[in-house]
Amino acid sequence: MTSELTRLTLAEARDALAKGDFSARELTEAHVSAMEAARDLNSFIVETPEKALEGADEADKRRAKGEARTLEGLPLAIKDLFCTRDVQTTAGSRILEGFAPPYESTVTQKLWDDGALMLGKTNLDEFAMGSSNMTSYYGGVENPWKREGDNHKLVPGGSSGGSATAVAGRLALGATGTDTGGSIRQPAAFTGITGMKPTYGRCSRWGIVAFASSLDQAGPMARSVRDCALLLRSMCGHDPKDSTSVDMPVPDFEAALTGDVRGLRVGIPKEYRVDGMSEEIDSLWQQGIDWLKAAGAEVHDISLPHTQYALPTYYIIAPAEASSNLARYDGVRYGQRGEGYDNLEQMYEATRGTGFGDEVKRRLLIGTYVLSAGYYDAYYNKARQVRSLIAQDFTKAYEAVDVILTPTAPSAAFAMGDKMDDPVAMYLNDVFTVPASLAGLPGVSLPAGLSSDGLPLGLQLLGRPFDEETVLRSAGVLEEAAAFTAEPASLS
Amino acid sequence: MSLIQGETGDWEVIIGLEIHAQIISRSKLFSGASTAFGSAPNSQVSLVDAAMPGMLPVLNRECVAQAVRTGLGLKAHINLVSVFERKNYFYPDLPQGYQISQYQTPVVGEGVITIDLPDGSSRDIGIERLHMEQDAGKSLHDQDPNKTFVDLNRSGVALMEIVSKPDMRSAEEAGAYIRKLRSILRYLGTCDGNMDEGSMRCDVNLSVRRPGEELGTRTETKNVNSVRFVQQAIDYEARRQVELLESGGRVILETRLFDARKGESRSMRSKEEAHDYRYFPDPDLLPLEIEQAWVDELGANLPELPDEKKARFIKDYGLTPYDASVLVAEQANAAFFETVLGDGGKRDPKLVSNWVTVNFFGALNASGLDLGDAPVSAEQLGGLIDLIADGTISGRIAKEVFEEMWATGKDAATIVEEKGLKQITDTGEIEAIVDKVIAENPDQAEQFRSGDNPKVIGWFVGQVMKASQGKANPGMVNQLLKDKLGG
Repeated sequence: MTSELTRLTLAEARDALAKGDFSARELTEAHVSAMEAARDLNSFIVETPEKALEGADEADKRRAKGEARTLEGLPLAIKDLFCTRDVQTTAGSRILEGFAPPYESTVTQKLWDDGALMLGKTNLDEFAMGSSNMTSYYGGVENPWKREGDNHKLVPGGSSGGSATAVAGRLALGATGTDTGGSIRQPAAFTGITGMKPTYGRCSRWGIVAFASSLDQAGPMARSVRDCALLLRSMCGHDPKDSTSVDMPVPDFEAALTGDVRGLRVGIPKEYRVDGMSEEIDSLWQQGIDWLKAAGAEVHDISLPHTQYALPTYYIIAPAEASSNLARYDGVRYGQRGEGYDNLEQMYEATRGTGFGDEVKRRLLIGTYVLSAGYYDAYYNKARQVRSLIAQDFTKAYEAVDVILTPTAPSAAFAMGDKMDDPVAMYLNDVFTVPASLAGLPGVSLPAGLSSDGLPLGLQLLGRPFDEETVLRSAGVLEEAAAFTAEPASLS
Repeated sequence: MSLIQGETGDWEVIIGLEIHAQIISRSKLFSGASTAFGSAPNSQVSLVDAAMPGMLPVLNRECVAQAVRTGLGLKAHINLVSVFERKNYFYPDLPQGYQISQYQTPVVGEGVITIDLPDGSSRDIGIERLHMEQDAGKSLHDQDPNKTFVDLNRSGVALMEIVSKPDMRSAEEAGAYIRKLRSILRYLGTCDGNMDEGSMRCDVNLSVRRPGEELGTRTETKNVNSVRFVQQAIDYEARRQVELLESGGRVILETRLFDARKGESRSMRSKEEAHDYRYFPDPDLLPLEIEQAWVDELGANLPELPDEKKARFIKDYGLTPYDASVLVAEQANAAFFETVLGDGGKRDPKLVSNWVTVNFFGALNASGLDLGDAPVSAEQLGGLIDLIADGTISGRIAKEVFEEMWATGKDAATIVEEKGLKQITDTGEIEAIVDKVIAENPDQAEQFRSGDNPKVIGWFVGQVMKASQGKANPGMVNQLLKDKLGG
């Protein structure tokens, strides 16, 4: 019974709770047990089972009174980048070890207001900077999947690696992630789940530890398109506390899943056929095209001419913003303060020198450099100009097509420890996800097939700004065609 | 042109001022925390002000309105699109590690301030720009021998930085500029101009050159927080630069810190040590876009400003430029003057101006009171002036009555009545006194009559006034004395 409950999708669990097949208490206990049994994966930094179970009892009472809300009693995992009241929030960094914010992020508050429960805070790359989850101070997260006949531990991708593992490993029905350059979509692809980054401005950033403010966006991670639609509806909405959040009505995303893509125009960008992309990724992409055609969509070749500049542009803009956003971690007011200092400068050095890991330091140095007098125009300003050209590419493309189909990542999950000595190779993981991040567009990654060695591969659909509905509708059709039922090694 | 004399000739001093003026608003520039002065340390700090993780700034519309009003008051160009940027540096009283400020695109562009100089002349000083920014917190170094404490109450309070063009040429002009700017800000209600509490702070940019030559290298003296100190800092720095140049040295671009106790400044950092602030547009805030209609609405609701008021006082009331500028310097003073003047200016403006500026403000200064706490109201002062105008009392008696009013708060008429100070205008009564005084002083009368000493008539007037306890109408006394002595 227990393991059956954790294998349900969020929507199935919702419907079963409504029918009274089991209680929220039972559902939550099943997930708490699974979470505790899977500690080896290092998916959670903090577990909050008491909170979840207490909430489950509350949910059962509400349901009994006929007051159940849309996500009543559904246990979720929360990326440890979301501030959660009185629960340690670290952003995967030593510098915030022990920090328990006295406030709740807008996105998580909206989930709780709709009745969802928190199982715990999931591991992530430090300050969401990474594509492997290996940069976390709290240790790397292990992907529940393994290559066939190979016992190497694999990365779940990053930065939302803990959330991806929790969902793929059936430890949570769904999870929150954040995506700055692909941090929801790439780990979703690596772990065989579905993840969505909505349009920049859809979700409030208030209470989410900032990495790169002009790119950061929260989104759902779950085991179906429908589940993502459900979660997204709760997570987004205008927030006066975030000046970049957009005041637009929130549609019923689940209702958008009509299964009908007849006449939909799908763009295939030629620039995404990059050197070194594996044959199997290419054929999966072709498979995706065929599925959509078969469902009645029109497929068009398109060009996004500035694609090749997206990665370098991203790796200037994101570190620049981060170098400023992370200045507040100075050991003065909260978090860790270094030791053995005699003056202010030494206190900063001791605090930030020991509080931040190597990848964070690397990006802070890059960011500081590109904003410096004499380099600003050559790097940061140029990057801003290129960013708008990339956004224009998409605007033009969307005159001819409604969605764009691409692979999510250029490879399947790699082994823990790989690429750690080559940051540029690591950054290449984001080559397909970064352009849409720079343009602020909505995108979803869903599992569409397996690699030759049995690892999940993802396809990405990108849409027009604030047209999450079309993205989800096409993703639903691909999902049905792909009929992805493979399960990770950890479940067998 | 005001020049300073060096060993080797004359030098011209070039001064520009950067003034930080705290915006009057209930809450801070990007948070809802209160801005009240003097509260317990760290009692007015929101999560945003403390830069807690994940906190975001939300612009306070009222602060923008105040900046726009100020821009309009400075007859400046209002930029309908402006951008907040981050100025990055580390300091414990700067929780975010950056100050949100406007850099390349400020909300207000070029404007002008007309300064009033003591000789009654006026001069225009250009305004380069006005931008909004956050204030920092305060580091308290004097609470513990080994520790520094931080008070974040001020952190995030809205400031306007108002930058002048290098148009001033003397300490006197700089003083007049600050006073005029403060006056305009107070009229507008956008800054209380209180330099003691730090709600107005001044940095002085100064260079010297030989008249007609290229601009010299400037220095910036920071932390100069009263009009007197600004003038001291200017005199000190101008003298220092001239001495340096005349002894073959060279001025270096540097920031200097003013020490008010010594009246001197010392070097804080040179250009080489200057911070690289790494300004970039704040990605948490969209560019600030305001509508012309809103600007127009704010403009339509501005109060009458000092320059307009001064012009009106000169034109409508016939005041001298000097008296007018004294009266309009503070809005409350000008309003007091107009109240004393009465509805439709029914009292004599010159008489009223004189009584308000000399007697009333004199008494106010001497007693150290604020206008609102004065024991004599505008209506009461008007009552006193009426008694002078209708001849009930003389100007000299009026001064006595005014002193009594100040001491007791009674109306002028009551005091005149109680003390019997009403002027004697009855010819018979005055004639009797005149006759008596002449009879008692035959020698002096003879001096006048013989023509030896015609001025002695003044002495007689004094004696008659004394004998009447000042109540005799002076004009009538004069006439009667001339008649009697000459006849």
